[in-house]
Parts: sequence; structure tokens; C-alpha cells
Amino acid sequence: MIATNSQHAHPPQRVVVAHVEDRPGVLARVASLFRRRGFNIESLTVGHSDEPGLSRMTIVVDGQSAQVQQVERQLFKLVDVVSAIDISERPLVARELALIKVSCTPQGRRDIIALADVFRATVVDVADASVIVQVLGDEDKVDALLRLLRPYGLLELVRTGRVAMVRGSGTSKPVPVSEIARRAEEERAQFGRRPDGALPFASD
Amino acid sequence: MKRNGAQILLESLAAEGANLIFGYPGGVVLPLYHRFREYPQIKHVLVRHEQGAAHAADGYARASGRTGVCLATSGPGATNLVTGICTAYMDSIPMVIITGNVARDLIGRDGFQEADITGITLPITKHNYLVMRASEIAPAVKEAFHIASTGRKGPVLVDIPKDVFIEEADFEGYPDQVHLRGYDPVTIPSDLEVERAAAILNEAQRPIILSGHGTLQSGATDELVALAERAQIPVITTLLGISGFPEDHALSYGFMGMHGHYFCNMAADHADVVVGVGMRFDDRAMGRFKDFNPQAQIIHLDIDPAEIGKNFHTHAPVLGDVRQSLRALLPHIASTTRPDWIRWIDDVKAQHPTDYDAEGAEVTGPWLCRAIAQQTQRKATIVTGVGQHQMWAAQYYNYTRPRQYISSGGLGTMGFEVPAALGAQFAQDEPVWSICGDGGFQMTCQELQTVAEHKLPIRYVIFNNGYLGMVRQWQELFYEDNYHSVALGQPDFVKLAEAYGVTALRATTRTEAAAALREADAHDGPIVLDIRCVEQENVWPMVPAGAALSETVESAEAL
Ligand SMILES: Cc1ncc(C[n+]2csc(CCOP(=O)(O)OP(=O)(O)O)c2C)c(N)n1
Ligand SMILES: [Mg+2]
Repeated sequence: MIATNSQHAHPPQRVVVAHVEDRPGVLARVASLFRRRGFNIESLTVGHSDEPGLSRMTIVVDGQSAQVQQVERQLFKLVDVVSAIDISERPLVARELALIKVSCTPQGRRDIIALADVFRATVVDVADASVIVQVLGDEDKVDALLRLLRPYGLLELVRTGRVAMVRGSGTSKPVPVSEIARRAEEERAQFGRRPDGALPFASD
Repeated sequence: MKRNGAQILLESLAAEGANLIFGYPGGVVLPLYHRFREYPQIKHVLVRHEQGAAHAADGYARASGRTGVCLATSGPGATNLVTGICTAYMDSIPMVIITGNVARDLIGRDGFQEADITGITLPITKHNYLVMRASEIAPAVKEAFHIASTGRKGPVLVDIPKDVFIEEADFEGYPDQVHLRGYDPVTIPSDLEVERAAAILNEAQRPIILSGHGTLQSGATDELVALAERAQIPVITTLLGISGFPEDHALSYGFMGMHGHYFCNMAADHADVVVGVGMRFDDRAMGRFKDFNPQAQIIHLDIDPAEIGKNFHTHAPVLGDVRQSLRALLPHIASTTRPDWIRWIDDVKAQHPTDYDAEGAEVTGPWLCRAIAQQTQRKATIVTGVGQHQMWAAQYYNYTRPRQYISSGGLGTMGFEVPAALGAQFAQDEPVWSICGDGGFQMTCQELQTVAEHKLPIRYVIFNNGYLGMVRQWQELFYEDNYHSVALGQPDFVKLAEAYGVTALRATTRTEAAAALREADAHDGPIVLDIRCVEQENVWPMVPAGAALSETVESAEAL
């Protein structure tokens, strides 16, 4: 799926993948940059990458693509960021994992298990008065299951936020910086003279 | 070879050739100060406030093109640097800042004089380090100087806990390489970008070059002159670009922006191709973005990829060191003439005043700037504060040599004028002239003590209008003459300077002022001139806040 084709009313979202040095304070640098430039982080996940010493961040941001190009380039400027790339326009596998704890009576348990089955979710914990359902999928799927489970009594919810990878043999590995500048012409053709939407830091 | 952290730091600074440090001691940096005597090649200049140390390092960097270094203790020492660090960051000044911090096992426990200075300066440094081992000091310093002085330059902070200064480590010499996989600025532009830019420029009928600070930072003046001459392109500069293109050149058309010349703003607005050279299309230069010359094609030469398309989408970006980019561009550019376009600008210039000096015996800002220009034969390095005097100094001096106009542009930091001049004076023998506001001077005048101690021949000229002039101008024009908190009570500046052992003169008329300037010029050592100026004078022309360059006004009546 293409992440931007979400049917929901929330503002357009973009997926940026960054490879960063695995050092203390890197997350703070990234977060500080987003805050300072006024970009809203929808979700951010970090973990090891396939390269030793490099962590991979999947950052979902609200915003028009013209603004996200700024995110990409500002991120790239951080010394600890080795690469940053907006992969939203490419075919993606995007997944998130959720653990959903719902209250249930022994009688209701069967319904919940049946619901979970439909979503290929699994019940990973069963207690006297509750179950934990684990679901894996894109956000729409998680949202849908959540909507159906809510009436049973939602006790607790945790979602990992999106992780994403480009389909096929292409990767979200570093692109040369010159590539970034080369795209400027396309951007201008696409967006006109000024980046659309007021940039939060512009003072006119 | 065993060395302690303090020695390793000093070895590293010496190896960098950083032989001048502006600093101020305190508890956690005592182990470092304890070792200064062992390194006589490093001169430590004791300032009187850490903000002064940061601005002095900045002024030194701007005047010399080298990396400035400053030093402070933890907590309040470090936080006092913040204004100076941010000033340098906004103007991309190469600077390395060393701070001490509390001992490692106190970090995070709110130890006495602990401040999270790496956290505080995250958004105002190009990069920063908290060095937790003595063995990591040398690589961190190496990286700090490398990052500060390459790519788009900027301040880098190195924070070192007290016990790391004391800890011993093997020191086998200063590293000669850095390994930074996330940092590799593009300096040589791609052929494709150069060719695309050249194609647009060769088709241009009314091209204009907007030259910024990058021209100075990369030392590209000669290349810029060559390009302008070959294609007969008029050159205007941003505020920080001033002196990057000689203002006595036939193709020089002054500086643009909020208080730029009228003809200059009009030329920028009527060009069909705008070539931004080492500049960032800042709002103070461009006016209201939406209405900046909507039909022009934009070519943008810059070293920072994040500047490409930040405020304007660009028709032809050329990513690289500006000097390299200009060199690459030049062979592709057709030699041509464009008398009509140049005549158009000259006509606008002829039809609109370029001189806003009022006649009379009283000292006006424009008059005083021109008098200083005359007295110094337009050769002096000028440092300014922020406000009306800063704008007059930009408009009326006529700069002909790179790095001649030193001013806080991006942050607009009042008080910059006193310590930045001090730093600039360490970079050169010829006297530095500092054009000061009576407001700004009072923010940092304690550095007169440092100036006096080092017998620096700085000429501080206070444009004493008795007001926070620029703020007063805005209250007059945009807030119904409702003056509030802008009239400045002041000390007797002459007595104040004399208390620091600095010679001082006062002038209240043009005749007296001219005599004072002559005397200052001939003076040996520092001197302060208290020049009483017209109190309620305005800077013209002006692009009102939020207006477009095409809406530049030349008097209050036009607002
Ligand atoms: C540190 C700081 N505080 C406040 C301001 C806002 N400000 C801009 S210009 C100005 C007035 C400057 O007064 P003065 O130094 O006397 O210069 P003048 O405009 O009178 O030439 C003020 C207060 C600033 N730029 N910097
Ligand atoms: Mg004043």
C-alpha cells in the first residue's frame, strides 16, 4: 500500500526513514529538530538496522510533501544522521503491531477470539476477566479491530507506530545529496514557486 | 605518552593552530587553567563576561576567516555563552566552544553549577559533544574544528566534565583524520546542475545576482566579480553579504532588504533571473515571500542542501561550495552586454534619493557614517551593533574589501559591537572601528576593561541618539507615536570610558564630530567617542514588516 492513500480524515502523512548513529542523545537531536522546525511527529520507531552501529528510524509525519522535503534535508544535516529519505511515494510495506487488552466474561471470550481470527490477530494472554489481543497490520486494520473490540471494554492499548520498508529490491538506504538537489526542479514544477502551506518558521 | 584531559585538550588546540582563546574561569575548568602555563603558544584572553567571550571569538572568526575559540565554566558560565553561540549559529560562523561541566558522577543529579549545556545548545549549534573520557577529547576536538569550518560553517560545542580534565589517558598525537559517515558536505557541484543554471543564465534578459554571506565565507569575491563582468550582471548583496562584492565596482548596486536601497529592491523585483549566491532567501532580505518578484526564475548556489527550496522553490539549484560553483559556472557563461537593463536600474536610482541626510549642524546617522568612511578612507574594518546605526553603517560606508562589515545579521544581537570588535582587533593590526548604539554599548561595555588591558586600538563610536532608535522608529511609524520604554537614560559615556582607563571624547555638532574622528584616527590605543546625534531620526528607505520589496517606502508620508 501507499501510505498517503489512507482513507481517513487525518492530515496527509509521510513516512521518512532515517539511518542514524547509535549514540547517546541522537533521539534528542532528532526530536529537537522536529520541535524547532514545527513538524508534528505522528509516530517514531527506532531499532537496530542491518548495519552495526546504525539505528533505523521510521518517522511518520503530518505534512505536505513539500514540507517533508525540508524534514528530510534538515534531518540529513544532523551530523549523526547518515541518511534520511521520504519513501511515501514508493510502494511500501508498512506495519504496526498493537496489543489490545479487553475485559471479557468467560462467555464473551469466544466472540473475541472469533473476531481476532477474522483479523488474523492472536490472543496472547487470557485471564479471568480479560484477554490481550495482538494484531499486526497496517493502521487501518488495527483501527478496524480496535473499533470492534472497544464495546467489550478496552482496558489498555499499546501500538508500536508504523515501521515501513520499500517493496521490491529497492531500499531506503542513503541517496547522494546531489540527488536531493536534483529533485528541486520536479518540486518546483509540482508545487510552484513557494513550498505550499506556511512554513512554521517563516516570519512574513 | 600519558597526559591528563586538560593537557590533551591544550595539545589538541595547539595542533589546530588555535592559539587564541577568549575565556573566563570557574570551578570545573580549574584543572584546565592549571595547565595553561605549559602551553605558552596558546594565548588566553580574559574577558569580563562569557557573552563577551563568545562574541569576541565570533568577531575574530568573521574578521580572519579562521575558527574562533571560546571557553567557559559550567552552569552560569556556559549559559552566559548562549546568546553568543546563537548569534554565531544564525550567521554560520566557524567557532569552537569549550565548556566545563560537573564531574561525571554528578551529571544528572543537579550538581552545583550543573547545566545541561549540550541539551540547551542542541538547536543552536551545528553539532555538540559531551566528552566522557579523556581519551575521547582529541578526536572530539578534531571533529569539532572540522565540522565548524567546513560545509556550511557554524559553532560546535565541546562539553568536558571536571574529572575528565583530570583523568589520564594515552595521548599518541593529535588525529589527522575524522571519520564521520553522517557528515560529508558536497563542495564540488554536479555538471548537470551547473549546465542547467548556465542555460537559464545565458537566456536571461534582466539577471541579477544576490550575493550573501557565503561569498565571503568561501572567499569567492574574485570569482563573483569575474562572473558579473563576463555576463554584465548587476550585483546586489544581502546585509551579511556586504563587502563580498566591492561596492566601488561599476556593477555593484548596494544591498537589498528591509533597509536596502530603493533601486536595489526594485532591481531585485524586476529581474527575470535571480541568482542567489551563498544566501538563504531570508525574510528580511526578500520581503513578503509570496510577492517577491513572482515571474523571476531562481538559480540558487549554496553549500547547504536544506536551503534549497526552503523559502522558494528553485529552478536551478547548484549545490556546492560557492567558490567552486562559480568557478564551474564561469566557462559556461556567454560574454554579453545588457545596456538596457543596467540603464533601467540607473534610471530608478536617479529618480529616487540615495542620500537621506538632512542639512544642518546636528549630527545625523548618514552624515556620521560618511564622515567615518571619509576619515578611514573606506579602508577600516567596521563592526556594528544592531539598530539604526547598523543600517546606516550598511548604507553609507562603501565597502571595498571582503570581511570589512561585521554585524550580527540573523539574530540581530545588540551588544555585539563591543566584544566582536575586540575579537576582530585580535585578527588584524589596523584599528577596528566599532559603530555602536547607545543602547547596545550599555549591554556589553564591561569589555572596555579587556580592551584597555590589551591596549587594543579600537575606535568605539557611539551613535548616541538617546533612544533605542530602531524600536522608537517602529513605535513612531506603526504604533501611533506611542513611545514606551525607548528613551534611554544613560551614564556619562566619557566618564565611563575613562573609568576603564580608556580615552574618550564627546561631540555635539558636525564640526566637533569631525574633529573627534580625526583625533580618534590618530590615537594610539583604544578610544571611545560619544557622538550626540539627532534624537528622532528614521532610517530610509524601508520595507514595512510583512510588505513586499516592491512596496519599499522612502518616507513616513508614504506609509
Ligand atoms: C539583545 C537585544 N535586545 C533587544 C533587541 C531589540 N532591538 C532591536 S534594535 C533595538 C534598539 C537599539 O538601540 P541602540 O543600540 O541605541 O541603536 P539605535 O537603533 O538607536 O541606533 C532594540 C532594542 C535586540 N535586537 N537585541
Ligand atoms: Mg540609540
